[in-house]
Amino acid sequence: MKQKFDILTSTCVPLPLENIDTDQIIPARFLKATTREEKFFGDNLFRDWRYNPDGSLNKDFVLNNPLYSGQILVAGKNFGSGSSREHAAWAIAGYGFRVVVSSFFADIHKNNELNNFVLPVVVSESFLKELFDSIYANPKTEVVVDLPRQTILNKATNRSESFEINAYKKHCLMNGLDDIDFLVENKDKIERFEQTHK
Amino acid sequence: MANTLFDKIWDAHVVQQVEEGPTQLYIDRLYCHEVTSPQAFADMRARGLKCFRPERIYCMPDHNTPTHDQDKPIADPISKAQVDALAQNAKDFGLTYFGMMDKKNGIIHVVGPERGLTLPGMTIVCGDSHTSTHGAMGAVAFGIGTSEVEMVMASQCILQTRPKTMRITIDGKLGKGVTAKDVALYMMAKMTTSGATGYFVEYAGEAIRSLTMEGRLTLCNLSIEMGARGGMIAPDEVTFEYVKGREYAPKGEKWEKALAYWKTLRSDDDAVFDKEVRFKAEDIQPMITYGTNPGMGMAINEAIPVTEGMSDVEKTSFEKSLNYMGFEAGQKLLGKKIDYVFLGACTNGRIEDFRAFASIVKGKKKAAHVTAWLVPGSWMVKEQIQSEGLDKILEDAGFEIRQPGCSACLAMNDDKIPSGKYAVSTSNRNFEGRQGPGSRTLLASPLTAAAAAVTGVITDPRELM
Repeated sequence: MKQKFDILTSTCVPLPLENIDTDQIIPARFLKATTREEKFFGDNLFRDWRYNPDGSLNKDFVLNNPLYSGQILVAGKNFGSGSSREHAAWAIAGYGFRVVVSSFFADIHKNNELNNFVLPVVVSESFLKELFDSIYANPKTEVVVDLPRQTILNKATNRSESFEINAYKKHCLMNGLDDIDFLVENKDKIERFEQTHK
Repeated sequence: MANTLFDKIWDAHVVQQVEEGPTQLYIDRLYCHEVTSPQAFADMRARGLKCFRPERIYCMPDHNTPTHDQDKPIADPISKAQVDALAQNAKDFGLTYFGMMDKKNGIIHVVGPERGLTLPGMTIVCGDSHTSTHGAMGAVAFGIGTSEVEMVMASQCILQTRPKTMRITIDGKLGKGVTAKDVALYMMAKMTTSGATGYFVEYAGEAIRSLTMEGRLTLCNLSIEMGARGGMIAPDEVTFEYVKGREYAPKGEKWEKALAYWKTLRSDDDAVFDKEVRFKAEDIQPMITYGTNPGMGMAINEAIPVTEGMSDVEKTSFEKSLNYMGFEAGQKLLGKKIDYVFLGACTNGRIEDFRAFASIVKGKKKAAHVTAWLVPGSWMVKEQIQSEGLDKILEDAGFEIRQPGCSACLAMNDDKIPSGKYAVSTSNRNFEGRQGPGSRTLLASPLTAAAAAVTGVITDPRELM
């Protein structure tokens, strides 16, 4: 879970669709679990795209295509829209992705990824398009995500972009800390606030 | 300095600003349902933590609850286990719990406002994206993930980046047959499902002011479907009238004091928003969706758009969507045969929605081939349906009123639309498989759903008004 993030070099899995919603990432019927077993959620990542209704593998779906693998998921804009289910982030992490690259993320899902030590990297539309082209031209294309420097590099074209992340969250990711540790430690501030808050 | 409504409420809840980081925001209410809370409770136990302010946390199951025979144990053992876990967790952590068959139970976003738990000026969160609903009362309310639910349990605070502000003004009067749902679907079609991402939206203008409280709740509920962090409406006489006398609302002297404060909760005249958007009420028609995200909507008498001018990725996504729905670009949907009708959800499960549905079906009969599920948002709504005699009208027309819950909106209980079937649904999402694997959802208002239920085909509700 709290896997520290530093620099990751990996091949990518391309999913060039827009508005991929969290119902597709993990359908509602898998939300009945009361535990956070990453394997269970990872096994059901993109369940209804990954499997046919009869339970057989959908060979046309990218996760079932042996050409593509890696710890970086590359997706079209507005990734993670819809439901706030953190199970979507658990599924992505459980499958083994550590980075999701897109030109745009939905707010709640982006927070959920960060809270699960999956790094959402926002790139420009042109960087994204070029990256899809690179991956399709050569599925072995590697990408370097450097959190300390806040850069992403497409090794096929040598194009690099910087990405944004606030300093607090970057510190958390690099050191394996989470927000609950932070909040529990400043209870005195909260109690002081409450004295003047109705 | 001039402030927006959002600024006023947000600023009143800032505990501290983390250096080069998020804001630590105090939360007045945490609502918990059974789906997004168990892992938070489990982690609280693992860390040896107690809820910091248990009196600010309200729990109720709604997603897994069956819509019939709620007095009996839930048949699905996994659903039952999840509901039981919430009851146990609420007990162990000392939280208020409205269980199944409790008259206070229902969909959390329907119960909060109707019990007076949601009040103007509050900060409200829940592990559910439709928490934006509560913004209709003049609150800052937004959906969060399970890790964030745990943050609030542990500290009554959350770490959040301050969103930008947007005002959407709708001028003029809404036409016949045009409801809050149509307004929302229209805005989504214009702005796309990511058009408000990163923003907190305030709705304003004559068309918004003239909405009832129920209509405002529907509108704010759907803010998330434009990607907005939340949506809100400045509280006014409509709000105060709605809140007054509700079970958990302040009474007597406390009421007067609260009311005086609530009256200050409006954007200052010279407040500046990061973005301003304006629409005309007269441009809005009854709407219906044709695709697999709520932004894929059109006026009910229009044709599905064509793909000309779209980029490759846009075209791929659009065609995948139409293929799933079994529709073609350029097709009109009026007269298209449908199989299911669903009235309910946190979007349209309130009394006004049942009144609207009943107004169309009164004296008519449900089409024989249509299966209709009418699911009140809460027991309070169900009782109101009975006290107003709407149950009689609906039953005479061949409809059955079920027991409250989220039901077919996301099909976590038995209410699943079968694969390939078309459902005209008053819920909030038409995503692939949302109402059951392979289900095809057409989002619309209660009026449009009612028109489809009695004619058996997609019908402009104005023809039956």
